[in-house]
Amino acid sequence: MAFKHEKFETNVILLAIGILVTVAIGGLVQMVPLYTMEQTIEKVRGMRPYSPLELMGRNIYVREGCYLCHSQMIRPFRDEVERYGHYSLAAESMYDHPFQWGSKRTGPDLARVGGKYSNDWHVLHMTDPRAVVPESIMPSYPFLARKELKYADIADHLRALRAVGVKYTEDDIKNAVADLKMQAGAGAGDVRPFTERYPKAPMGDFDGDPKRITELDALVAYLQMLGTLVDFTTFKPELARR
Amino acid sequence: MSASQGAAGQAAAYNDDVIRKFTAMAVFWGVAAFIVGFYIALQLAFPVLNLGLEWTTFGRLRPLHTSAAIFAFGGCVLFATSFYVVQRTCRVSLFGGPLLANFIFWGYQLVIVLAATGYLLGITQGKEYAEPEWYVDLLLTVVWVAYLVAFAGTLMTRRESHIYVANWFYLSFILTVAMLHLVNNAALPVSFTGTKSYVVWAGVQDALTQWWYAHNAVGFFLTTGFLGIMYYFVPKQADRPVYSYRLSVIHFWTLIFLYIWAGPHHLHYTAAPDWLQTLGMTFSVMLWMPSWGGMINGVMTLSGAWHKLRTDPVLRFLITSIAFYGMSTFEGPVMSIKAVNSLSHYTDWTIGHVHSGALGWVAFVSFGAIYFLVPRLWGGTGRLYSLKLVTVHFWVATVGIVLYITAMWVSGIMQGLMWRAYDSYGFLQYSFIETVQAMHPYYVIRAGGGLLFVLGSLVMAYNLIQTAKGRISDEEQTAAPAAARA
Repeated sequence: MAFKHEKFETNVILLAIGILVTVAIGGLVQMVPLYTMEQTIEKVRGMRPYSPLELMGRNIYVREGCYLCHSQMIRPFRDEVERYGHYSLAAESMYDHPFQWGSKRTGPDLARVGGKYSNDWHVLHMTDPRAVVPESIMPSYPFLARKELKYADIADHLRALRAVGVKYTEDDIKNAVADLKMQAGAGAGDVRPFTERYPKAPMGDFDGDPKRITELDALVAYLQMLGTLVDFTTFKPELARR
Repeated sequence: MSASQGAAGQAAAYNDDVIRKFTAMAVFWGVAAFIVGFYIALQLAFPVLNLGLEWTTFGRLRPLHTSAAIFAFGGCVLFATSFYVVQRTCRVSLFGGPLLANFIFWGYQLVIVLAATGYLLGITQGKEYAEPEWYVDLLLTVVWVAYLVAFAGTLMTRRESHIYVANWFYLSFILTVAMLHLVNNAALPVSFTGTKSYVVWAGVQDALTQWWYAHNAVGFFLTTGFLGIMYYFVPKQADRPVYSYRLSVIHFWTLIFLYIWAGPHHLHYTAAPDWLQTLGMTFSVMLWMPSWGGMINGVMTLSGAWHKLRTDPVLRFLITSIAFYGMSTFEGPVMSIKAVNSLSHYTDWTIGHVHSGALGWVAFVSFGAIYFLVPRLWGGTGRLYSLKLVTVHFWVATVGIVLYITAMWVSGIMQGLMWRAYDSYGFLQYSFIETVQAMHPYYVIRAGGGLLFVLGSLVMAYNLIQTAKGRISDEEQTAAPAAARA
């Protein structure tokens, strides 16, 4: 053998370079095409960035570690599609920073939980899960209904997300606070600019307490829109990946 | 090449102070991680233990448990052992002196405390095993660069002609974890005065980046790092050279090459592209070979010294850890096969698999190394306080692991089958909540296994404290010298 392994064993720099080259290859081969191949994310209608209130709700979902027990990724199996709805598309998490597909179903999948239960059910369930599902092992979250939502810096959140690739417009950022209040049922004026910016966004007083915008308002708004954006009556899988 | 060559020769003034600190904290964080794990296992069996407080829910404590186990306990073990091994196999004092060593120690402890308190307050990136927010990530980056400087600097100033095999593994662990950490945690803070950030990757790309990171946190933090431990401490404790030099070369390069590709097996049947899933599965199956190459090299090092297992419980920890390593690196490739994964994914089977690796391999090899180190770093007797207590620890912990993983096999496979069960009318047979209810007895058994593991670690802590105080138990003082080898 012309090259002896001894060279690696006597030269730290050579050993380090050898290691770095060896461990870089696999990641590069898998990651680079994911950004360059156009079929990776399906072409679908209906996907839009999260509204300010939904985004705040999503941040609470992340903060409480919901992803540790709930997946948001329906696999294309008969039982999963019957239990949860249409299998998940890559496009449906295109604005997710970070993704929340999860890895464990201690509780059920939530990818399409939007619209399945009433707001009142969610409020009861979050406050005391065993009041509505006696066998549930979910923690109770009574504090969410007590805590006022902090949203003074919501425009900064939209700006940060725009910087990492989410398609928020200048208009979206300028109206972020007003949009948040509008969706939570505490807005004033014309509702149409909001519904045009965020089609299909669920609106109203989510937590049953119209006087305040709480963390529970935001979380329920997020849960109620999950998996509802893509219109599956017009979705054709064979066309989506072209 | 024998591990004993490093320890011989003229005595360089080794920096053992930093090793003592990291070893002590490894024991502390280990016990803490096991207790939190036991508590959250109880929460899954008895949800009232979530207490309805925001700081004590499963969602906030689970990252505390995983980070404490992997990064606080495992990390401190890796720092302690790598600093011990690199100085002795290079026959020089740690590069950078006490100042750099202390910076690494206190910096890393600060990372742990900032991350852990953050979890309780709900500060998280929401990426599994990479939960710390941007400011902790930055601090860790600085500490890690200092670690690389100290470790690689020691290698460069060595007074041995060759770099001992354990150090290849440690070096690959340090370099690769740096790469994984930087790419996966790339994030933009909402404000530099706030804690919240948004990761730059989105959706399917974030999913791949995350599992490329997380699987190789297993591959390089919990595998190559701990193989470094195996390659030094098993030959030392058995007083035998490493079985095969050629095998160590082959399995080192193939292991680190193949591991990186395996991440996508966490994304089977998801919205990640099919080609990616198949690629991940193929490399995961291939990974079985170099993994068993390492296992064979570790176990066969005992050739001619098998009788020592009868009298040396420390060696028993080390060898059992390699057996668990072999078992979980066989189970892993099986679970990465798409047909198997369609059943196992999202279930407790994964949790059981992780713990046969984490408790059986990582923790056991760590216990072996810690039992080796403490009598040499403290106490002055050169012996453990009580080998009998090591044996007690060994059996209590082993029974705990067996209860844990068998409970998770049963619950995982059962729940996977219940989810896909149909009745004779063609309807789904079980509602989701019925499958949750069916898990209850196994969650109780699992918590019982966890309790045994906690108790074992407390026995270890007591034994080590007595050892550090220079005490020898009564039965040790009367024991034959051959049996007293620690």
